[in-house]
Amino acid sequence: MVLAMLNGSLSVAIVDENHARAAILEEGLLSAGISDVTLVHDTRNLLRQLVDLAPDVIIIDLENPSRDVLEQMFQVSRVVARPVAMFVDRSDSAMIQAAVDAGVSAYVVDGLKKERVKPIVDMAVSRFNAFSRLQGELEKARSELAERKVIERAKGILMKTRRMSEEDAYAALRRLAQAESRKLADVAQSVVTAAKLLG
Amino acid sequence: MDTDTATLAPPGQDTRTLRIGFIPLVDAAPLVVAQEKGFAAAEGLRLDLKRESSWANIRDRLVLGHFDAAHMLAPMPVAASLGIGSLHTPMAVPLVLTLGGNAITASLPLWAEMRAEVPDLSGTDPKRLGRALAAVVRRRGREGQPPLTFGTVHPFSAHNYELRYWLAAAGVHPDEEARLVVVPPPLMADALAAGQVDAFCVGEPWNSRAVEAGVGRILTTKAHLWRQGPEKVLALRADFAEREGETLAALLRALVKAGAWAEDRANRDELAALLADKRYLDVDARIIHRSLSHRLVLEPGGEEVAVPDFLLFDRAAATFPWQSHALWIYSQMVRWGQVAESPANQEAARRTYRPDLYRKYLGPAGVSLPAASMKVEGALKEPTGVASSAGRMVLGPDGFFDGQEFDPDRVADYIAGFAIHSRR
Repeated sequence: MVLAMLNGSLSVAIVDENHARAAILEEGLLSAGISDVTLVHDTRNLLRQLVDLAPDVIIIDLENPSRDVLEQMFQVSRVVARPVAMFVDRSDSAMIQAAVDAGVSAYVVDGLKKERVKPIVDMAVSRFNAFSRLQGELEKARSELAERKVIERAKGILMKTRRMSEEDAYAALRRLAQAESRKLADVAQSVVTAAKLLG
Repeated sequence: MDTDTATLAPPGQDTRTLRIGFIPLVDAAPLVVAQEKGFAAAEGLRLDLKRESSWANIRDRLVLGHFDAAHMLAPMPVAASLGIGSLHTPMAVPLVLTLGGNAITASLPLWAEMRAEVPDLSGTDPKRLGRALAAVVRRRGREGQPPLTFGTVHPFSAHNYELRYWLAAAGVHPDEEARLVVVPPPLMADALAAGQVDAFCVGEPWNSRAVEAGVGRILTTKAHLWRQGPEKVLALRADFAEREGETLAALLRALVKAGAWAEDRANRDELAALLADKRYLDVDARIIHRSLSHRLVLEPGGEEVAVPDFLLFDRAAATFPWQSHALWIYSQMVRWGQVAESPANQEAARRTYRPDLYRKYLGPAGVSLPAASMKVEGALKEPTGVASSAGRMVLGPDGFFDGQEFDPDRVADYIAGFAIHSRR
């Protein structure tokens, strides 16, 4: 494993309140040969926990309010034995851009070579992106299912109250949707709502 | 100032959308008001306000161009211009959003310890409270107890420097006799209740939330420590400010009008309700109202107390980016070892605040401009008329509670004068 050769001795802490995403990243890092990975879920006394762990690299999700807590690690050399810096190299703006776009932020021990840290950040970026794609697909599937359900209910209402066949009911909904340039599911939802209101 | 909200954008003018990051705090009000009350629209702007969860995010997104502008801690753009703590990015502060608005709150156990040292302790006087706190620190030291822990919101925040200034003035070295930690504002009250911090310095509504939760006593406020001191600013990348002059002019005009609206007594109820909305602060309007009316409840079950100049959006040239403010911030960065003292650093800090842009874009709009761009902080002991483009402008009182003056022409002397420091 190339990663393992480069990063054999690096330790990584992952601070992410989203446990599923943290686990996916942990799995990625472990399979790349980085064995010293710690998940930090409880962000109370975060600085203390990180000082005790003394990781080489900290990966934190961008939406985590505790990012400001980590910023203090730049400052308090009395508290932290090894000063920490954000990202790897101030010149590498492409990596920073990719990380921020993916919702990842990384803090590393100062002086650590860029080549050693980049694979870890890249892994975090790709796993965060994969997670958000997965979540997007899941949401899409969920909403498609919900749409199909509401269309079925609207058809049922029309069949019962207007004594329509299933085919006619569906055609009526489609016609209305086209005439008003609305989504079929939206029209179906109004039928369901109206039926509820009118009892 | 014309605060007619009914003005519509000139016909045919395209609306320009600006992405602006903010943190849910009462002092984000000018941005919220500019968008919600039509001041931005009247200038052909739409403000796409993005609520963020950390100052680090706001800064990074501004640096990377995800945001066009941001609600920012007054010292943060200075730090970015100096290249400390983040990617080195020249920033511009063409306008100040607020003066004041912070407070220092102690846990009830710490408050009890302070009262044990000074039995009739009450009120908000930083000197008396500082003496009581120093006595607690010494006693704990003698008895071998752990040092007190204080929470602030970011290393480059006015909160950090105010708290340190107060502790040091009381004879307590903040780095040697206390522990300073960063806690996200919404978690402050919980951290206080859980004993993770003994006190904190944070903006409203988070002090009042701790009082309401029955876990804290507001000791004193920024208005007591440094009256009319800058708190949040409008920050942009310097290159954006140069490139998009007209857009910036429109934004500044909208924000100055929004600030005047926000400060108007007649609008307090409406503003409190607006900020209470889920999209913005998502806290009880009643608590927000306290800041807006300069009246705080100091302790659980207590009465409201008047705090003059608690939070200013408009009065006393509140929006003017004084370069003396940028230099005071630099003096504290040096004092506490965040940056090396050098003429180049001092100049970079001063130039981050841009009164030139304020004059250029707001002068033609009829906004009153002070004749100077720096002032001796603490020189005005009472409200004082000073020279301005509109003839007269009332500034002050603007002092530090210990009577020390900050002369922006003698920064090195000022820095050298501090007995307690962590200079490199």
